Amino acid sequence: MNRLSRLAWWLVFIVGFLYFFLPLLGTFAFSMRSQPLFSAYAVVTDDPQFAETLIYSFIVGVLTIIVSIALIVPTAYWVRLRLPRLRPYIEFITLLPFVIPPIILVFGLLRTYSGGPLPLAGSDFGSNVLLVAAYTVLSFPYMYRAVDTGLRAIDVQSLTEASQSLGAGWLRILVQVIIPNLRVSLLSGAFLTLAIVVGEFTIATFLARPAFGPYISLLGGNKAYEPAAVSLISFGLTWIAMGLISLFGRGARTRVQVVGAR
Amino acid sequence: MAFLELSGIQKRFGETSAVIDFNLAAERGEFVSFLGPSGCGKTTTLRMIAGFEQPTAGTVAVDGKDITRRAPNQRNVGMVFQSYALFPNMTVAGNVGFGLRVRKQPKDRVAKRVTELLELIHLPDKADRYPYQLSGGQQQRVALARALAIEPQVLLLDEPLSALDAKIRVILRNEIRAIQRSLGITTVYVTHDQEEALSLSDRIVVMSEGRIEQIGSPFEVYNFPATSFVASFVGTLNVMTARVAGAAEGRLVMDGQPIRAARPVTIAPDGANVTIAFRPEMLSMGEAGANRLRGTVQDVTFLGSIVRIRVHLASGATVVSVDTFNDPNLTVPEAGAEVTISFPPEAVLVLEAPPAATAEDLIAEA
Amino acid sequence: MTAASSLTAPGAPAARPGRRFGFAWIGVVPFVLFAAGFLVLPTAYLLTGSLQDTHGQVTLQNYARLSEPNLASAYAASIEISLVTAVGGGIFGFLLAYAVIAGGLPRFLRNALMTFCGVASNFAGVPLALAFTFTLGASGLLTPLIKSLGITLNIYSKTALELAYMYFQFPLMVLIIAPAIDGLRRDWREAAENMGATSFQYWRYVAFPILLPSLLGTTILLFGNAFGAQATAYELSGGTINIVTIAITRQIRGDVVNDPGVGYALAMGMVVIMAVSIGAYSLLQRRAERWRR
Repeated sequence: MNRLSRLAWWLVFIVGFLYFFLPLLGTFAFSMRSQPLFSAYAVVTDDPQFAETLIYSFIVGVLTIIVSIALIVPTAYWVRLRLPRLRPYIEFITLLPFVIPPIILVFGLLRTYSGGPLPLAGSDFGSNVLLVAAYTVLSFPYMYRAVDTGLRAIDVQSLTEASQSLGAGWLRILVQVIIPNLRVSLLSGAFLTLAIVVGEFTIATFLARPAFGPYISLLGGNKAYEPAAVSLISFGLTWIAMGLISLFGRGARTRVQVVGAR
Repeated sequence: MAFLELSGIQKRFGETSAVIDFNLAAERGEFVSFLGPSGCGKTTTLRMIAGFEQPTAGTVAVDGKDITRRAPNQRNVGMVFQSYALFPNMTVAGNVGFGLRVRKQPKDRVAKRVTELLELIHLPDKADRYPYQLSGGQQQRVALARALAIEPQVLLLDEPLSALDAKIRVILRNEIRAIQRSLGITTVYVTHDQEEALSLSDRIVVMSEGRIEQIGSPFEVYNFPATSFVASFVGTLNVMTARVAGAAEGRLVMDGQPIRAARPVTIAPDGANVTIAFRPEMLSMGEAGANRLRGTVQDVTFLGSIVRIRVHLASGATVVSVDTFNDPNLTVPEAGAEVTISFPPEAVLVLEAPPAATAEDLIAEA
Repeated sequence: MTAASSLTAPGAPAARPGRRFGFAWIGVVPFVLFAAGFLVLPTAYLLTGSLQDTHGQVTLQNYARLSEPNLASAYAASIEISLVTAVGGGIFGFLLAYAVIAGGLPRFLRNALMTFCGVASNFAGVPLALAFTFTLGASGLLTPLIKSLGITLNIYSKTALELAYMYFQFPLMVLIIAPAIDGLRRDWREAAENMGATSFQYWRYVAFPILLPSLLGTTILLFGNAFGAQATAYELSGGTINIVTIAITRQIRGDVVNDPGVGYALAMGMVVIMAVSIGAYSLLQRRAERWRR
């Protein structure tokens, strides 16, 4: 490696570094324009809506994780164990959310469930159900991949047969044998889900949910310095989620970190 | 002057020495193997010939020209990699012709040479296949053809057969040897498989921990190992300790029982301990030979054409292996049976005095 | 590995079909029902709606109307933005990944870059748009600097949106292409050198062709990633920029006087483009993996 080309690679890295940090710096500088210093952060964190929407989004995120795991783990496990012929089809379904971006998904959900036999979009509870359902669908691609690679790493067949020969039933096998062995995959899938759900805007807005994403947007339209503070807080939350993924995912074969469009 | 000459080669990676004072002179057309366990420096030495590593000291010369400082792509040395390293994006023909294409040779000449080489490796109909469509053995042949295409002065093979099945390994190694003979190309072959080295080579360089233990023909290395490492690494060997009783007459005492070597012991005086070795196939059950040892059969193992009997010597903890050819009429002693094993004085190899530290350790323990 | 475990291929337990297969399919019913209800059914609703006129008659008229100037230009703008950010983000992301993997930069920078790419590729939507506003907008941090260079950047413009999209596009490229660059084996370079190839020839004939399917595939994935994005564009432009996702937003809101069929056709057109790009991506990815065996 000669000196000139190494210099060029350093240059590339520095450009990338600046691209990454300048918007954050800009946001921070803007948030500091409110006097006294850090008052923007104080105002935001004192705003009851801040805590309410954040907690709401967090609860929705946790529910999404539970539903997603409850759907994906038994399915991926069962397909590996008994229905390998269905694998390509199940995989295809889990990739569909890449083809159907959130804006289309919420469009379809609104039209399908606004009237008809199941008018979920008409009530608060129904809308919450739709929100969790939509987020669960969005989590399919990476959840399934995480679980499937996790299952590949353990010998599902032998583990199941060993448990059965010791007298365990299906539920016990799943909860006490399979899921503990998928811990790393499930944790990274869970934190990724949180990173996406907390702050998601498109679906939450159209379902008129009191979520964190629409709250930031609302703030952005009404206030001057506070949105900068919230943006940075939101960035920090993403960073924490990703940090937890790499913390728990250390040594895991694949870290699933890629999600669809927003 | 030798065709391929390595003189005073040293290689250090930071604190550790990978190769220490390596000297070798190979004649034109000679087939030399580097044999040793992993980490003994054999691959590092090979990579220094190819130019992928720079020696810390010493020179590499081919045909009288010092190439030590030459870049790998200026050396005209063909290499076959352990992992084949075939380019996955090119067909067999593309791989084999690569070296000629980068040399800007005309298309028709490249095509002609590729056809020749595919004939040579018996894969004339696979020109348009991709590497992933070939078996491991076929991939290895293509890798060989690719290395030969540039008509290198020296051919280097880095454990080329280690990833293959036992049967294909034997077939391919015979092919490699036949091709090497027909082309008369100077070849260095790295392996950890003593059988491979013994069957292929004109000469073997046995290496351990960066040093050359012995250089010699397969016959010499197998029958007259220079060190106990060579003795134990090349073939199965009974390596044990004996006390010199009469150096001039080759009299020794092993495990309390007297034995005789064919030659006088020159490396140690009477009363000293030495390492001796004898091959299992030189031993036999019964009282036919001049040396006799009494013992108890510990276990019997069938190894196909050979039956290996391990005998616990009468007076101590020493276990000796005896190999006899398998034969349906053979009566094999049962475990626990009292037996006598015998061997001629020629079978006894007196190798060296055991390291002083070991002897002192024994005294300290006692 | 023991003899017993080496009998089965590692990581791929042999399936034993047949046993109780008759009822085994019941195991996947909850998942399939969920996907049907909340993914397939809504999409099917849009599809059937796009093929009907206001009286419920089957028609292709809605699709024909996508060629109207306003809608056609929305598609054109979406495609342009996606193309620019996919190619730009793809090239820069590749260079960045190569810099930290094989460019001789210190090892810790590689881990730092991977972490930041994980964060940045997921830091999209409203906060990202706000961050760019605070940096390049009317009173942004870098605005005076840019003005002094004689450049005027309208934060509501396509260029501004492209700059914002780049923030998650090139990190995504880094994340996906890094394993492919890692997959370039040292042996290949050495074999090429051994046969007399220069560094350039190695890149020209070996490394680049091997990476090409991954590079193309990932670029296409980036295209789809930008094409489907809504929140960032909505927040940055205040919903004024005319791209497909914003046009659909207006359709959902009912901001436009229009019959719903056009909105559905708009959505389905988008699904088709996404499907083509994701399909091309997985095809190329499979090709790249085939070589890697």
